[in-house]
Amino acid sequence: MAQYLLIESRDPLSDADAARFQELAARLARAGNEVTFFLVQNGVFPARRGARREQLARLAGHGIQVLADDFSLRERGIAEDRLAPGVEAAPLSVVIDLMESGSRALWH
Amino acid sequence: MAKRILQIVESAYRGTLEEQDDTVVWLTHAMKGAGAELSLLLQGHAVNYAVRQQDASGLSFGDRRQTQPPRIHEDLARLVDKGVAVHLVREDLEERGIDAEELIPGARPIAFAELPRLCAEHDLVWRW
Amino acid sequence: MTGKRTLTFVLMDPPYENARTTTALRLVDIAVRRGHDVNVFAYEGAVYVPFARQAPHPNAVHGRDVEQEDHPNPKDWVSAILQEAGRRGAKVDWVQCGLCVDERGAAECIPGLRRGSPADLVAFVASSDNALVIPTR
Repeated sequence: MAQYLLIESRDPLSDADAARFQELAARLARAGNEVTFFLVQNGVFPARRGARREQLARLAGHGIQVLADDFSLRERGIAEDRLAPGVEAAPLSVVIDLMESGSRALWH
Repeated sequence: MAKRILQIVESAYRGTLEEQDDTVVWLTHAMKGAGAELSLLLQGHAVNYAVRQQDASGLSFGDRRQTQPPRIHEDLARLVDKGVAVHLVREDLEERGIDAEELIPGARPIAFAELPRLCAEHDLVWRW
Repeated sequence: MTGKRTLTFVLMDPPYENARTTTALRLVDIAVRRGHDVNVFAYEGAVYVPFARQAPHPNAVHGRDVEQEDHPNPKDWVSAILQEAGRRGAKVDWVQCGLCVDERGAAECIPGLRRGSPADLVAFVASSDNALVIPTR
Protein backbone atom coordinates (compact mmCIF):
# COMPACT_ATOMS: atom_id res chain seq x y z
CA MET A 1 0.00 0.00 0.00
CA ALA A 2 0.98 3.63 -0.43
CA GLN A 3 1.76 6.65 1.72
CA TYR A 4 -0.45 9.72 1.52
CA LEU A 5 0.15 13.17 2.95
CA LEU A 6 -3.00 15.29 3.16
CA ILE A 7 -2.20 18.89 4.04
CA GLU A 8 -5.20 20.76 5.43
CA SER A 9 -4.89 24.53 5.40
CA ARG A 10 -8.63 25.19 5.84
CA ASP A 11 -10.97 24.36 8.68
CA PRO A 12 -14.50 22.94 9.00
CA LEU A 13 -15.61 25.95 11.04
CA SER A 14 -15.44 28.14 7.96
CA ASP A 15 -15.20 25.71 5.07
CA ALA A 16 -17.68 22.96 4.31
CA ASP A 17 -15.19 21.23 2.00
CA ALA A 18 -12.86 20.48 4.88
CA ALA A 19 -15.12 17.64 6.04
CA ARG A 20 -14.87 16.05 2.60
CA PHE A 21 -11.06 16.18 2.79
CA GLN A 22 -11.16 14.44 6.17
CA GLU A 23 -13.46 11.83 4.67
CA LEU A 24 -10.92 11.21 1.91
CA ALA A 25 -8.22 10.72 4.52
CA ALA A 26 -10.39 8.19 6.37
CA ARG A 27 -11.20 6.29 3.19
CA LEU A 28 -7.55 6.14 2.15
CA ALA A 29 -6.66 4.78 5.58
CA ARG A 30 -9.46 2.20 5.51
CA ALA A 31 -8.11 1.09 2.13
CA GLY A 32 -4.90 0.15 3.90
CA ASN A 33 -2.76 3.17 3.06
CA GLU A 34 -0.49 4.99 5.51
CA VAL A 35 -2.00 8.45 5.88
CA THR A 36 -0.66 11.60 7.51
CA PHE A 37 -3.07 14.51 7.98
CA PHE A 38 -1.03 17.68 8.42
CA LEU A 39 -2.78 20.82 9.64
CA VAL A 40 -1.34 24.19 8.71
CA GLN A 41 -2.50 27.83 8.72
CA ASN A 42 -6.15 28.13 9.80
CA GLY A 43 -6.38 24.37 9.45
CA VAL A 44 -5.00 24.14 13.00
CA PHE A 45 -8.08 25.76 14.58
CA PRO A 46 -9.93 22.48 15.15
CA ALA A 47 -6.80 21.15 16.88
CA ARG A 48 -7.49 23.21 19.99
CA ARG A 49 -8.99 20.94 22.63
CA GLY A 50 -12.59 21.95 23.18
CA ALA A 51 -13.09 23.34 19.68
CA ARG A 52 -16.66 22.64 18.75
CA ARG A 53 -15.94 20.28 15.90
CA GLU A 54 -13.38 17.83 17.15
CA GLN A 55 -13.50 15.37 14.29
CA LEU A 56 -9.74 15.09 14.30
CA ALA A 57 -9.86 12.45 17.05
CA ARG A 58 -11.93 10.31 14.65
CA LEU A 59 -9.15 10.50 12.07
CA ALA A 60 -6.66 9.33 14.68
CA GLY A 61 -9.04 6.43 15.35
CA HIS A 62 -8.52 5.32 11.75
CA GLY A 63 -4.79 5.05 12.42
CA ILE A 64 -4.10 8.36 10.70
CA GLN A 65 -1.26 10.41 12.09
CA VAL A 66 -2.70 13.89 12.71
CA LEU A 67 -0.06 16.58 13.00
CA ALA A 68 -0.32 20.36 13.38
CA ASP A 69 2.32 22.82 12.19
CA ASP A 70 3.98 24.14 15.33
CA PHE A 71 4.45 27.61 13.81
CA SER A 72 0.75 27.88 12.88
CA LEU A 73 -0.21 26.78 16.40
CA ARG A 74 2.10 29.32 18.04
CA GLU A 75 0.92 32.04 15.65
CA ARG A 76 -2.62 31.45 16.93
CA GLY A 77 -1.71 31.05 20.60
CA ILE A 78 -2.64 27.36 20.72
CA ALA A 79 -0.33 25.78 23.27
CA GLU A 80 0.91 22.28 22.55
CA ASP A 81 -0.53 21.05 25.84
CA ARG A 82 -3.99 22.22 24.74
CA LEU A 83 -4.27 20.10 21.65
CA ALA A 84 -7.21 17.81 20.99
CA PRO A 85 -6.66 14.11 21.62
CA GLY A 86 -4.87 12.44 18.76
CA VAL A 87 -3.19 15.61 17.47
CA GLU A 88 0.53 16.28 17.82
CA ALA A 89 2.48 19.42 17.07
CA ALA A 90 5.13 18.96 14.40
CA PRO A 91 7.50 21.10 12.37
CA LEU A 92 6.61 21.89 8.76
CA SER A 93 9.71 19.96 7.78
CA VAL A 94 7.65 16.79 8.23
CA VAL A 95 6.02 17.67 4.90
CA ILE A 96 9.42 17.56 3.24
CA ASP A 97 10.27 14.32 5.08
CA LEU A 98 7.15 12.70 3.66
CA MET A 99 7.68 14.08 0.17
CA GLU A 100 11.23 12.68 0.31
CA SER A 101 9.87 9.26 1.18
CA GLY A 102 7.43 9.30 -1.73
CA SER A 103 4.10 10.16 -0.12
CA ARG A 104 1.45 11.26 -2.58
CA ALA A 105 0.93 14.83 -1.34
CA LEU A 106 -2.39 16.65 -1.61
CA TRP A 107 -3.20 20.13 -0.35
CA HIS A 108 -6.60 21.44 0.67
CA MET B 1 6.95 5.54 -18.51
CA ALA B 2 5.47 8.97 -17.82
CA LYS B 3 4.12 9.53 -14.34
CA ARG B 4 0.34 9.43 -14.27
CA ILE B 5 -1.24 12.49 -12.71
CA LEU B 6 -4.73 12.69 -11.23
CA GLN B 7 -5.93 16.30 -11.27
CA ILE B 8 -8.67 16.85 -8.70
CA VAL B 9 -10.50 20.09 -9.42
CA GLU B 10 -12.85 21.49 -6.81
CA SER B 11 -12.53 25.25 -7.22
CA ALA B 12 -15.01 26.38 -9.88
CA TYR B 13 -15.90 29.59 -11.72
CA ARG B 14 -12.94 31.34 -10.14
CA GLY B 15 -11.63 33.95 -12.55
CA THR B 16 -13.04 31.99 -15.49
CA LEU B 17 -14.56 35.06 -17.13
CA GLU B 18 -11.30 37.04 -16.94
CA GLU B 19 -9.26 34.08 -18.07
CA GLN B 20 -11.81 32.92 -20.66
CA ASP B 21 -11.03 29.41 -19.44
CA ASP B 22 -10.88 27.37 -16.31
CA THR B 23 -7.14 27.59 -15.82
CA VAL B 24 -6.75 24.03 -14.54
CA VAL B 25 -8.80 22.50 -17.35
CA TRP B 26 -6.69 24.64 -19.69
CA LEU B 27 -3.48 23.48 -18.00
CA THR B 28 -4.62 19.87 -18.35
CA HIS B 29 -4.99 20.39 -22.11
CA ALA B 30 -1.57 22.03 -22.34
CA MET B 31 0.15 19.35 -20.27
CA LYS B 32 -1.52 16.59 -22.32
CA GLY B 33 -0.23 18.25 -25.43
CA ALA B 34 3.25 18.28 -23.91
CA GLY B 35 3.10 14.54 -23.30
CA ALA B 36 1.75 14.22 -19.79
CA GLU B 37 -0.49 11.33 -18.75
CA LEU B 38 -3.44 12.82 -16.90
CA SER B 39 -6.89 12.10 -15.57
CA LEU B 40 -9.33 14.67 -14.29
CA LEU B 41 -11.67 14.34 -11.32
CA LEU B 42 -14.21 17.11 -10.79
CA GLN B 43 -15.80 17.47 -7.38
CA GLY B 44 -17.78 20.04 -5.46
CA HIS B 45 -19.05 22.86 -7.65
CA ALA B 46 -16.61 21.85 -10.38
CA VAL B 47 -18.92 18.95 -11.35
CA ASN B 48 -21.08 21.67 -12.90
CA TYR B 49 -18.38 22.18 -15.52
CA ALA B 50 -19.71 19.07 -17.27
CA VAL B 51 -23.19 20.53 -17.74
CA ARG B 52 -23.86 21.06 -21.45
CA GLN B 53 -26.11 24.11 -21.27
CA GLN B 54 -23.57 26.55 -19.78
CA ASP B 55 -23.52 29.92 -21.58
CA ALA B 56 -21.25 32.69 -20.35
CA SER B 57 -21.59 34.87 -23.44
CA GLY B 58 -22.65 38.51 -23.49
CA LEU B 59 -20.33 40.12 -20.96
CA SER B 60 -19.47 43.72 -21.81
CA PHE B 61 -17.97 46.79 -20.11
CA GLY B 62 -18.62 50.07 -21.83
CA ASP B 63 -18.21 49.32 -25.51
CA ARG B 64 -15.82 46.46 -24.86
CA ARG B 65 -17.55 43.11 -25.41
CA GLN B 66 -16.14 39.73 -24.52
CA THR B 67 -15.93 37.80 -27.79
CA GLN B 68 -14.42 34.55 -26.44
CA PRO B 69 -16.36 33.57 -23.34
CA PRO B 70 -15.31 30.41 -21.53
CA ARG B 71 -16.91 27.24 -22.88
CA ILE B 72 -15.70 24.89 -20.22
CA HIS B 73 -18.03 22.00 -21.01
CA GLU B 74 -16.64 22.00 -24.57
CA ASP B 75 -13.09 22.04 -23.19
CA LEU B 76 -13.94 19.00 -21.09
CA ALA B 77 -15.47 17.25 -24.09
CA ARG B 78 -12.24 17.86 -26.02
CA LEU B 79 -10.26 16.34 -23.15
CA VAL B 80 -12.45 13.25 -23.42
CA ASP B 81 -11.75 13.18 -27.16
CA LYS B 82 -8.01 13.35 -26.41
CA GLY B 83 -8.31 10.29 -24.20
CA VAL B 84 -8.24 12.02 -20.84
CA ALA B 85 -10.58 10.34 -18.37
CA VAL B 86 -12.95 12.93 -16.91
CA HIS B 87 -14.57 11.73 -13.68
CA LEU B 88 -17.31 13.47 -11.71
CA VAL B 89 -18.15 12.77 -8.07
CA ARG B 90 -21.67 11.36 -8.23
CA GLU B 91 -22.71 12.60 -4.78
CA ASP B 92 -21.83 16.16 -5.81
CA LEU B 93 -23.93 15.86 -8.96
CA GLU B 94 -26.87 14.61 -6.91
CA GLU B 95 -26.44 17.29 -4.26
CA ARG B 96 -26.70 19.90 -7.01
CA GLY B 97 -29.64 18.27 -8.73
CA ILE B 98 -27.70 17.63 -11.93
CA ASP B 99 -29.22 14.84 -14.02
CA ALA B 100 -27.14 12.50 -16.15
CA GLU B 101 -28.73 13.71 -19.38
CA GLU B 102 -27.46 17.23 -18.70
CA LEU B 103 -23.84 16.10 -18.87
CA ILE B 104 -21.38 16.03 -21.74
CA PRO B 105 -20.93 12.57 -23.28
CA GLY B 106 -17.97 10.65 -21.93
CA ALA B 107 -17.86 12.18 -18.47
CA ARG B 108 -17.85 9.38 -15.90
CA PRO B 109 -19.73 9.77 -12.61
CA ILE B 110 -18.06 7.84 -9.82
CA ALA B 111 -18.88 7.43 -6.15
CA PHE B 112 -16.68 9.31 -3.67
CA ALA B 113 -15.94 5.90 -2.16
CA GLU B 114 -13.98 5.06 -5.32
CA LEU B 115 -11.42 7.82 -4.76
CA PRO B 116 -8.85 5.63 -2.99
CA ARG B 117 -8.87 3.30 -6.00
CA LEU B 118 -8.54 6.22 -8.39
CA CYS B 119 -5.69 7.71 -6.37
CA ALA B 120 -3.91 4.35 -6.35
CA GLU B 121 -4.00 4.26 -10.14
CA HIS B 122 -1.92 7.45 -10.37
CA ASP B 123 1.62 8.36 -9.36
CA LEU B 124 0.77 11.93 -8.37
CA VAL B 125 -2.52 13.28 -7.05
CA TRP B 126 -2.85 17.04 -7.38
CA ARG B 127 -5.70 19.00 -5.78
CA TRP B 128 -6.60 22.31 -7.39
CA MET C 1 20.59 10.79 6.12
CA THR C 2 18.30 11.21 3.12
CA GLY C 3 19.98 11.54 -0.26
CA LYS C 4 19.53 14.52 -2.56
CA ARG C 5 16.07 14.76 -4.05
CA THR C 6 14.40 16.89 -6.67
CA LEU C 7 11.09 18.30 -5.47
CA THR C 8 8.59 20.36 -7.44
CA PHE C 9 6.14 22.88 -6.04
CA VAL C 10 3.34 24.50 -8.03
CA LEU C 11 2.18 27.83 -6.65
CA MET C 12 -0.90 29.79 -7.67
CA ASP C 13 -1.45 32.61 -5.21
CA PRO C 14 -0.26 36.20 -5.44
CA PRO C 15 1.49 37.52 -2.35
CA TYR C 16 -0.27 39.24 0.53
CA GLU C 17 -3.76 37.83 -0.12
CA ASN C 18 -3.61 34.71 2.05
CA ALA C 19 -1.24 32.52 4.07
CA ARG C 20 -0.47 30.02 1.33
CA THR C 21 2.35 32.05 -0.19
CA THR C 22 4.26 32.13 3.06
CA THR C 23 3.76 28.41 3.71
CA ALA C 24 4.86 27.61 0.17
CA LEU C 25 8.07 29.60 0.58
CA ARG C 26 8.66 27.94 3.97
CA LEU C 27 8.51 24.55 2.25
CA VAL C 28 10.85 25.62 -0.55
CA ASP C 29 13.25 27.05 2.03
CA ILE C 30 13.27 23.82 4.05
CA ALA C 31 13.91 21.75 0.93
CA VAL C 32 16.75 24.05 -0.15
CA ARG C 33 18.33 23.98 3.32
CA ARG C 34 18.43 20.20 3.03
CA GLY C 35 20.34 20.57 -0.21
CA HIS C 36 17.55 19.31 -2.43
CA ASP C 37 17.06 20.64 -5.94
CA VAL C 38 13.75 22.46 -6.14
CA ASN C 39 11.58 23.30 -9.10
CA VAL C 40 8.92 25.96 -8.72
CA PHE C 41 6.21 26.46 -11.30
CA ALA C 42 4.59 29.81 -10.58
CA TYR C 43 1.13 29.73 -12.11
CA GLU C 44 -1.47 32.47 -12.24
CA GLY C 45 -1.15 35.03 -9.44
CA ALA C 46 1.99 33.41 -8.10
CA VAL C 47 3.95 35.13 -10.89
CA TYR C 48 3.69 38.22 -8.67
CA VAL C 49 5.57 36.57 -5.80
CA PRO C 50 8.99 37.53 -7.26
CA PHE C 51 7.75 40.77 -8.90
CA ALA C 52 10.71 43.14 -8.99
CA ARG C 53 8.72 46.31 -8.30
CA GLN C 54 7.57 45.34 -4.81
CA ALA C 55 8.75 47.99 -2.38
CA PRO C 56 8.85 48.27 1.42
CA HIS C 57 6.94 50.99 3.23
CA PRO C 58 6.83 52.65 6.66
CA ASN C 59 4.09 51.88 9.16
CA ALA C 60 2.60 55.01 10.69
CA VAL C 61 0.12 53.02 12.78
CA HIS C 62 3.07 51.47 14.61
CA GLY C 63 5.23 54.57 14.37
CA ARG C 64 7.89 52.80 12.35
CA ASP C 65 9.85 54.25 9.46
CA VAL C 66 10.76 52.17 6.43
CA GLU C 67 13.91 50.85 8.00
CA GLN C 68 12.27 50.01 11.31
CA GLU C 69 9.27 48.37 9.70
CA ASP C 70 11.58 46.16 7.67
CA HIS C 71 8.52 45.16 5.70
CA PRO C 72 8.94 41.79 4.04
CA ASN C 73 8.56 41.85 0.31
CA PRO C 74 8.17 38.28 -0.92
CA LYS C 75 10.58 38.97 -3.77
CA ASP C 76 13.29 39.39 -1.12
CA TRP C 77 12.34 36.08 0.44
CA VAL C 78 12.66 34.43 -2.96
CA SER C 79 16.05 36.09 -3.52
CA ALA C 80 17.21 34.90 -0.12
CA ILE C 81 16.13 31.35 -0.93
CA LEU C 82 18.05 31.45 -4.21
CA GLN C 83 21.15 32.66 -2.38
CA GLU C 84 20.77 29.94 0.26
CA ALA C 85 20.48 27.39 -2.52
CA GLY C 86 23.75 28.63 -3.95
CA ARG C 87 25.46 28.22 -0.59
CA ARG C 88 24.11 24.68 -0.14
CA GLY C 89 24.78 23.39 -3.62
CA ALA C 90 21.06 23.14 -4.34
CA LYS C 91 19.54 24.20 -7.63
CA VAL C 92 16.34 26.18 -7.74
CA ASP C 93 14.65 26.27 -11.13
CA TRP C 94 11.83 28.82 -10.74
CA VAL C 95 9.65 29.07 -13.83
CA GLN C 96 7.14 31.85 -14.29
CA CYS C 97 4.22 30.72 -16.44
CA GLY C 98 4.59 32.99 -19.46
CA LEU C 99 0.95 33.53 -20.34
CA CYS C 100 0.17 34.25 -16.69
CA VAL C 101 2.99 36.81 -16.71
CA ASP C 102 1.67 38.45 -19.87
CA GLU C 103 -1.94 38.80 -18.80
CA ARG C 104 -0.89 40.27 -15.44
CA GLY C 105 1.89 42.52 -16.73
CA ALA C 106 4.26 40.83 -14.32
CA ALA C 107 7.28 40.50 -16.59
CA GLU C 108 9.66 42.33 -14.27
CA CYS C 109 10.85 39.76 -11.81
CA ILE C 110 14.00 39.33 -9.75
CA PRO C 111 17.05 37.80 -11.43
CA GLY C 112 17.57 34.06 -11.39
CA LEU C 113 14.13 33.01 -12.60
CA ARG C 114 12.96 32.14 -16.07
CA ARG C 115 9.85 32.39 -18.18
CA GLY C 116 8.26 29.11 -19.19
CA SER C 117 5.15 27.18 -20.03
CA PRO C 118 3.18 24.07 -19.04
CA ALA C 119 5.77 22.06 -20.95
CA ASP C 120 8.21 22.99 -18.20
CA LEU C 121 5.81 21.63 -15.59
CA VAL C 122 5.61 18.39 -17.54
CA ALA C 123 9.41 18.26 -17.60
CA PHE C 124 9.50 18.98 -13.87
CA VAL C 125 7.16 16.07 -13.19
CA ALA C 126 9.35 13.77 -15.23
CA SER C 127 12.54 14.77 -13.43
CA SER C 128 11.19 15.14 -9.87
CA ASP C 129 11.00 12.66 -7.07
CA ASN C 130 7.79 14.28 -5.89
CA ALA C 131 5.56 17.25 -6.63
CA LEU C 132 3.05 19.23 -4.58
CA VAL C 133 0.43 21.62 -5.94
CA ILE C 134 -0.55 24.40 -3.53
CA PRO C 135 -3.82 25.53 -5.07
CA THR C 136 -5.60 28.79 -4.68
CA ARG C 137 -9.04 28.97 -3.15
